Amino acid sequence: MIDSAPRSFQEIILRLQAYWASKGCAVLQPYDMEVGAGTFHPATTLRALGSNPWAAAYVQPSRRPTDGRYGENPNRLQHYYQYQVLIKPSPPDLQDLYLGSLRAIGIDMDLHDIRFVEDDWESPTLGAWGLGWEVWCDGMEVSQFTYFQQVGGHDCAPVSGELTYGLERLAMYVLGVEHVMDMPYNDPGAPIPLSYGDVFRQTEEEYARWNFDVANTEVLLDHFVEAEAECKAILDQDDTDPKTGKRIVMAHPAYDQCIKASHIFNLLDARGVISVTERQAYIGRVRALAKQCADAFVRTGAGGYEA
Amino acid sequence: MPDLLIELFSEEIPARMQTRAAEDLKKRMTDALVEAGLTYAGAASFSTPRRLVLTVGGLLAASPAQREERKGPRFDAPEKAIEGFLRGAGVTREALIERDTPKGAVFFAVIDKPGRPAAEIVAEALEQVIRDFPWPKSMRWGSGSLRWVRPLHSILCILTDEAGAEVVPLNIDGIPSGNTTRGHRFMAPDAFSVSSFEDYEAKLKRAHVTLSAQERADQIKSDAENLAFAAGLEVVEDAALLAEVAGLVEKPVVLMGDIGADFLTLPPEVLQTSMREHQKFFSVRNAKTGRIEKFITVANRETADNGATILAGNQKVLAARLSDAKFFWENDLRVAKADINAWVQSLENVTFHNKLGSQAERISRIAALARELAPVTGADAEAADQAARLAKADLSSEMVYEFPELQGLMGRYYIESAGLPEDVAAVAQDHYSPLGPSDTVPTAPLSVTVALADKLDTLAGFWAIDEKPTGSKDPFALRRAALGVIRLVLENGLALSLGEAIARANSGADVADLTGFFHDRLKVYLRDQGIRHDIIDACIAMPGNDDLALLARRAQALSDVLKTEDGENLLQGFKRANNILSQAEAKDGVEYSFGADRKLARDPAEVALFDALDAAEARIAPALKAQDFAEAMAAMAALRGPVDGFFDAVMINDENDIVRRNRLNLLSQIRQTCTRVADLTKIEG
Repeated sequence: MIDSAPRSFQEIILRLQAYWASKGCAVLQPYDMEVGAGTFHPATTLRALGSNPWAAAYVQPSRRPTDGRYGENPNRLQHYYQYQVLIKPSPPDLQDLYLGSLRAIGIDMDLHDIRFVEDDWESPTLGAWGLGWEVWCDGMEVSQFTYFQQVGGHDCAPVSGELTYGLERLAMYVLGVEHVMDMPYNDPGAPIPLSYGDVFRQTEEEYARWNFDVANTEVLLDHFVEAEAECKAILDQDDTDPKTGKRIVMAHPAYDQCIKASHIFNLLDARGVISVTERQAYIGRVRALAKQCADAFVRTGAGGYEA
Repeated sequence: MPDLLIELFSEEIPARMQTRAAEDLKKRMTDALVEAGLTYAGAASFSTPRRLVLTVGGLLAASPAQREERKGPRFDAPEKAIEGFLRGAGVTREALIERDTPKGAVFFAVIDKPGRPAAEIVAEALEQVIRDFPWPKSMRWGSGSLRWVRPLHSILCILTDEAGAEVVPLNIDGIPSGNTTRGHRFMAPDAFSVSSFEDYEAKLKRAHVTLSAQERADQIKSDAENLAFAAGLEVVEDAALLAEVAGLVEKPVVLMGDIGADFLTLPPEVLQTSMREHQKFFSVRNAKTGRIEKFITVANRETADNGATILAGNQKVLAARLSDAKFFWENDLRVAKADINAWVQSLENVTFHNKLGSQAERISRIAALARELAPVTGADAEAADQAARLAKADLSSEMVYEFPELQGLMGRYYIESAGLPEDVAAVAQDHYSPLGPSDTVPTAPLSVTVALADKLDTLAGFWAIDEKPTGSKDPFALRRAALGVIRLVLENGLALSLGEAIARANSGADVADLTGFFHDRLKVYLRDQGIRHDIIDACIAMPGNDDLALLARRAQALSDVLKTEDGENLLQGFKRANNILSQAEAKDGVEYSFGADRKLARDPAEVALFDALDAAEARIAPALKAQDFAEAMAAMAALRGPVDGFFDAVMINDENDIVRRNRLNLLSQIRQTCTRVADLTKIEG
């Protein structure tokens, strides 16, 4: 157990990585696509399906174009990090494991007030829902804790336990920082100390401008339609690959297109070109893709399929 | 007589579900025990964030043995029939007795059902209760299939008597029963065993868990009040928040903190809402200024630094929240002062309903209707139009986007800040009212006008696109809107023709159908005021029934008079007259409505009735003209004596056909007079 308080953003991430590795999770790397939340990583969305056991932890850069504030708001960012843990089946001591992770990043349970406050999770774009809580530390939400019940329209059996930490907010709290841009990114005593702002202030500005005013909406609309068509085309292929003669269901490549469509939808939303009524229709289209990808995944080996 | 103790220990149960779950546990468990023959002296249930607890005192140690007799075949029935009966009853030949009945000698099987020990019954009942528990939302976890509100960790189930405590053995999906539980998650996490309810409650207390939600709520309330009082302030009461917070902690520790000076300029409602919704904080008010100056938070533990770290953290989170609110407030004020109409214009891009257009179009319709309604409500038409146009402007504000529950109230602040008159600003807040049967009804003419126009536009609009409420489904809260119109009209005594108003609101609405909907809602409303539905039906049958205030006054007058002896007897007389007349009219194929001829009256009672009818009519006509239904009904009630006297003394079916017909025409006159206020044929009894 590390008793000292962490000194930087990256130390908090490293401690979480070390902690969950020590609890037996495979420490994965971020998914190499633009997503709105760590849940979209196939290591969560797809691996929560089927009967195979799973335990993974990873950092996921997440993009929420509408939350961009040109780097000026102390808490809001259009690009931020989530730390994500998924364990299937959910172990009986998951709450204790979680609390251990808070200790690992320097939160002293004897001085702080940790609470599990009802918060049911639902992702209309993923056709997924679960029950759980927001975890509060002294009145601040530090994590989401969810027992997945359904993903992509499929009942989860066994059930996965999912933990999501909003890293910037959690780190600001632990490090006692008021403005995210002032947070030490690496160790303040390093030869070249870097703040979060040194790393991200400029990109926040650039992306805010692009997200809100420049992104070409017609191109984006086309991309959405293309991603949707490609996803369907992939899933329409025969299960048997004519070249190798093997059974290869392409759930992951199809799911990439679903992720793409979802992110494009977020961008279009930020550009304000989607009306309230259209919004539901777009969400429905992404959900339809997510469902088809889930259907495909459960027909793969990783999804528990046995020939 | 053993006592039963059950504790279902789980991960954190949503606060809003705990009280109901404790009640359900008690009801279902005790019902199942009684059903199985185990009566008890008393039961109580409790809930904390992590436990549902039931204690049942004075339980029978075993269900009583029962002897049942079952009638079988005749003594001389074929052997096969007797064997079949034995199989069916599950007894051997020795258990049969022979008894004489009127149909001869018959076999009876005597079935002895031995009593069952309490533990066996409790185990069965508890398993059933857990498996069928009516959680509003439940879940699975791990690899199991059991459903519970959150993962269930342990089941404590013991029966305690003089000899000691015994675990009731059961195992549900791999969770065995036992006699142990745990204390507070952080302050006393170790397991301990218990031997009775008293022992359990006392050990929990030592382990920093207050079992009773009421006790936790009481403690929070009194600690909060003491802290506030010591600072010369008072806690803003919030019963719903208190109940919720009591369900979030096992060890309530009340802490009071400061709201940063920067935020004290925010409207008190904004502070209160932000603190309640986001942080579950109580507001602490300065009674003299009405300003909210501090907050109270309830932690779930004691700490070595007396909550200093916890309070500092909460304060920091609050400051972040309130800087958002302050940013919204200041931005909104800037927009409102510059040009509040810009907000209304931007509502063009917000859909109200895809078949009813944008919010801006909706607002224009409401404004036009408000103008039309102004003469009825006594408001200035120009002001009504302006107030209606601004009433929903705050829907574009950032504050209302963040806190939808502040809609209207923020509008009032912003409209005032734009330099508009106070009564115009008040409309923004008031026009949503009344929101329910107990909400106050606006009385200021401008507010009444826009409140009516808003609700009528909604109702007529949804009627026009055929989105009416069906059964339990009323997604647009149209029943509430109709009740709102009814209360606005009745409590302000407005002479409003609903039919005209509906037609003006939306020419596509089926006026008769929507009026019928209003009548149904009015029946529910008046029934709650003690007026029977048949009385309302009798009044709805009269012309001008789309004037709800008139309709209600009519119904009230009829209801009052029917409660008097004269009224009740007159009703009987009227019914008698009406029955005889209707039968005669059916039989003769004519309508006796020519008016009776006084000269043909033979009996003094008949003459008296002629006189009485004339006298009544002389009172009724001016009373109706003045819409004084009480007076009209009183005049009718005065007919009671003469009508009774007439029926006592006179045979309608006289041998002389001319006399008979004249008497029937006289009955017709009674009918006409008695139905001047309401259609009495619809009155039951």
